[in-house]
Amino acid sequence: MSEALNELKSLVEMKQSAAVRRASISNGELTVHIVPAAIPDFTEFLRNDPQCLFTQMIDITGADYPDRSRRFELIYHFLSMRHNQRIRVKADMADGEIAPSITAIHPSANWFEREVFDMYGIRFSGHPDLRRLLTDYGFTGHPLRKDFPTSGYVEMVYDEVEKRCIYRPVSLTQEYRQFDFMSPWEGAEYILPGDEKTEAK
Amino acid sequence: MDGNGTPGPKTVRNFSLNFGPQHPSAHGVLRMVLELDGEIVERADPHVGLLHRGTEKLMESRTYLQNIPYFDRLDYVSPMNQEHAFCLAIEKLTGTVVPRRASLIRVLFCEIGRILNHLMNVGSQAMDVGAMTPNIWGFDERETLMIFCERACGARLHANYFRPGGVHQDLPQKLIDDIDAWALRFPPVLDDMASLLTENRIFRQRNVDIGILTEQDALDYAMTGVMLRSTGLAWDLRRAQPYECYDEFDFEIPVGTNGDCFDRYLMRMAEMRESIKIIHQAIVKLNECKGEDVLARGKLAPPKRAEMKTSMEALIHHFKLYTEGFHVPAGETYVAVEAPKGEFGVYLVADGSNRPYKVKIRAPGYAHLAAMDYMGRGHQLADIAALIGTMDVVFGEIDR
Repeated sequence: MSEALNELKSLVEMKQSAAVRRASISNGELTVHIVPAAIPDFTEFLRNDPQCLFTQMIDITGADYPDRSRRFELIYHFLSMRHNQRIRVKADMADGEIAPSITAIHPSANWFEREVFDMYGIRFSGHPDLRRLLTDYGFTGHPLRKDFPTSGYVEMVYDEVEKRCIYRPVSLTQEYRQFDFMSPWEGAEYILPGDEKTEAK
Repeated sequence: MDGNGTPGPKTVRNFSLNFGPQHPSAHGVLRMVLELDGEIVERADPHVGLLHRGTEKLMESRTYLQNIPYFDRLDYVSPMNQEHAFCLAIEKLTGTVVPRRASLIRVLFCEIGRILNHLMNVGSQAMDVGAMTPNIWGFDERETLMIFCERACGARLHANYFRPGGVHQDLPQKLIDDIDAWALRFPPVLDDMASLLTENRIFRQRNVDIGILTEQDALDYAMTGVMLRSTGLAWDLRRAQPYECYDEFDFEIPVGTNGDCFDRYLMRMAEMRESIKIIHQAIVKLNECKGEDVLARGKLAPPKRAEMKTSMEALIHHFKLYTEGFHVPAGETYVAVEAPKGEFGVYLVADGSNRPYKVKIRAPGYAHLAAMDYMGRGHQLADIAALIGTMDVVFGEIDR
């Protein structure tokens, strides 16, 4: 298994040297980082090359790393049934950068790209119908970004006066708790409650 | 005709129809905007997300153990299969080896989940096209199976039974015997259901040659599971990329020939029979390893109760496990299992803390429903219900 993966890795690196930034194998899975502009060509190569034949586009998702200069990662998973292999393809995206769509190559990408747009706000050029998918009609914001609060900004309630459902800013009777499990002995980065007084001296 | 009585050009226009979100054959909360030309569907636009609960967002702020119950609430028809994928992902990142007995119990309950799912699907698909009885018979058997789930873990649906490193508790021997007895009794029930459906004229008229898929369609639209196998591709992750201990079980993979709704019905019936075979084998193997531990005792699992009474370290470990939770080393992995509906995958990114940095749940029904527009075109309005039934959509997993 790992030998075949190594072979695949060197094949991809050799044949698509312009697109591939780096490739690595960890946990028995191959990850290939590519330049965003090369996504369609690279996907097509993966699908058509007789040694790859990644004919199924399993999943597209994003990941948000706010500390990085190119904040988002676009992550594709492909499956080759012929060779019984999986590959993960990643492309780093800056905020506002537009990724090329692969719906022309894999029609299944349609909804997955819509979801990534919905959840992360990454837009795709060449997508036939880039609407929000999972969130509410008229929703604003992109929920899976790390700077989006888990409780959201608005809530929907039934208004007795207007006799209809309305949106209003979210109000929690109890603060949404994000527990901190960092041990203060193991390098917590914040000032412990009470310690700020020692600074003042 | 215009005002003078002379025949003018007829103006025909398509009209749009809202299918759902409150429609019994929408299998949940699906709103589908159908553009119809007469009774022929020109375009189908499913609006999903009415059951969106933000599972992936919520999971980022909870510990790994607290996240397992979320997986029951995805595909609530076969909850344990989902938990399995998440537990496998954690085990892969931590390098945990599951004890043999736990592994067998997992296989046993995954197959019970498969039967739960297919009973529901076959029954409700029959109901969508007009047959009432198979559904009720199916629910009768589902009830028995849910009581098995309840006896194993205390919950009928939201099990929270599979844990990283094994399963929560061992099965009582009486339960294993009862499952064995049930598995002997169940195939005749399937025969009864089949006798109502397979040769039924109405059922055939509504399903044969409806929603035909070719192999290329199935690949293009990322279909997995029964949908893919109905086109003749024998691709089953239990066989192709064996996880747990599926490689030591003897079972067959039913494939279809026409790729239509009727084929998929037949395959689901056949898969249930294969699951029964696996259940029998699992029970034989379980009886060979009675009394073995069902959790890989270590950082991921709680210490034994008796140990906690005497050992301070065990008590501390127990407390820390259920408050802080275990830490998973940084890394990422994609783990897929053959859920009853198809490939259910979990993409897990861990950053070394006690909470996942990112989780992506790859639900099989999501890809299937996305192909609704493609599959529905040119079909009659009434066939849409059969198509939804055959796709086996459950909105818990599609909307997440």
